[in-house]
Amino acid sequence: MEFWGYRRAEGRAGIRNHVLILPSCVCGSETARIVASQVKGAVNIVFNTGCSDVQANTDMSQKVLTGFACNPNVYGVVIIGLGCETVGHRQLREKIQKMTSKPVVSFGIQEEGGTLKTIEKAVRAAREMAAEAAMQPKERFDISELLLGIECGGSDATSGLASNPAVGELSDLLVDLGASTIMSESIEWIGGEHVLARRAATPEIHNQIIEVCRAYEEHLKAAGQDCRAGQPTPGNKAGGLSTLDEKSLGCIRKGGTRSVVEVLQQADRPTKTGAIVMDTAGFDISSVTSMVAGGCSAVIFTTGRGTPTGNAIAPVLKVTANERTYRMMEDNMDVDLSPILRGEKTFREMGEKLLEEIGAVCNGKLTKAEAYGFSDIAVDHVCRFV
Amino acid sequence: MTINAILLDEKDNVVTCVQDVKAGEEVVYRAGDNLCTLIAAQPIPACHKVALQDIGKGKDVIKYGEMIGRTSSPIAKGCHVNEYNIYSVPRDYDSELV
Repeated sequence: MEFWGYRRAEGRAGIRNHVLILPSCVCGSETARIVASQVKGAVNIVFNTGCSDVQANTDMSQKVLTGFACNPNVYGVVIIGLGCETVGHRQLREKIQKMTSKPVVSFGIQEEGGTLKTIEKAVRAAREMAAEAAMQPKERFDISELLLGIECGGSDATSGLASNPAVGELSDLLVDLGASTIMSESIEWIGGEHVLARRAATPEIHNQIIEVCRAYEEHLKAAGQDCRAGQPTPGNKAGGLSTLDEKSLGCIRKGGTRSVVEVLQQADRPTKTGAIVMDTAGFDISSVTSMVAGGCSAVIFTTGRGTPTGNAIAPVLKVTANERTYRMMEDNMDVDLSPILRGEKTFREMGEKLLEEIGAVCNGKLTKAEAYGFSDIAVDHVCRFV
Repeated sequence: MTINAILLDEKDNVVTCVQDVKAGEEVVYRAGDNLCTLIAAQPIPACHKVALQDIGKGKDVIKYGEMIGRTSSPIAKGCHVNEYNIYSVPRDYDSELV
């Protein structure tokens, strides 16, 4: 299986060729939005911190911002800074330039003399970059170049019964073709962590999976939150989930059954190929943010209740097995998996259909959220603002 | 014949109904290429589980091919499996390390 993509000097092939307008802090986000709106081929993200943060939060933000810049779907980067943020636009640019040879330029709003002057220069730079990007020919790549993020959000009973098992089949099919997948949301492994750990390729990875869950539970305890209390929720029980084990098993099923070859911290880039897991929040937007920063070029997203979410850098393909949700929210849903619940299709058959659909998205087919230009991000944080 | 329940794994001793099933009605699910049936002994709401066989007290309830809990009272074939007759078996992280 192959796809048409964009060759990058470092890392995997891109499936999009975006010019990324990247704010280095919240104060650059609006200017970045206006710059992106002026240039065809440019996308922006809305970053809401970058100032008055503890070091650990700054470290996480920097990992995400540099990770976005290095994502294979990004051709080049225009950074918009303010001038007094924790990590200024020049420093951020230098960091990114150490990680990748793709074009990166940066501007500071205070130095340029305000937003309008910054917009003028940044639009010009972005336009030139977008013109170059448009000249880059697509090339054929083996599907093994693909790194797919796997996510669930707005779940209901159909998620664990049908859409997650179907996506698990997709993950197995991709891994068997030599590609890589990342399943995240470590908080949701709790209850089924011992089952996930059994998929570990080595005893070391087995223990890493257990320790990730233990550390997450302790972290939340320090903030006074018991992540097991009230689980499963009364709503879960009414929806047929009797134990936390059952809830968690339905969740981790979306990662498939192949050996887990690596456990990543949030927003880290994989060093291995195959089925990978990442320690992230269960908050879907934050989890997708971390996986895209880790280099995922596409994301598959299972939902039950329905969600409009999209990411500016990586297309998000949303699938549901809830027939009513698909019908009610067809403008936001990409694939209908409800034939599984009617007994018309098996998990495997729908996994194969999803593989076809992912292949089409790699070749340029726009997902619905992508066509609307959606750009949701949420950078995880560990502490209050200073 | 259309199904009204889903078997997640062939090792499972429960299936999950995808529609409301009344007591005395047939539960129909696919196992590989075969269609299987049993009679619901109790009403089973949509998305809830029904026992495929008699499960004694203290026995494991298997879904996704894994234990999702243990029975706190016997559950007869065709009966509703829920939070009132199964419980999560406590584990600690230390014992899960290898």
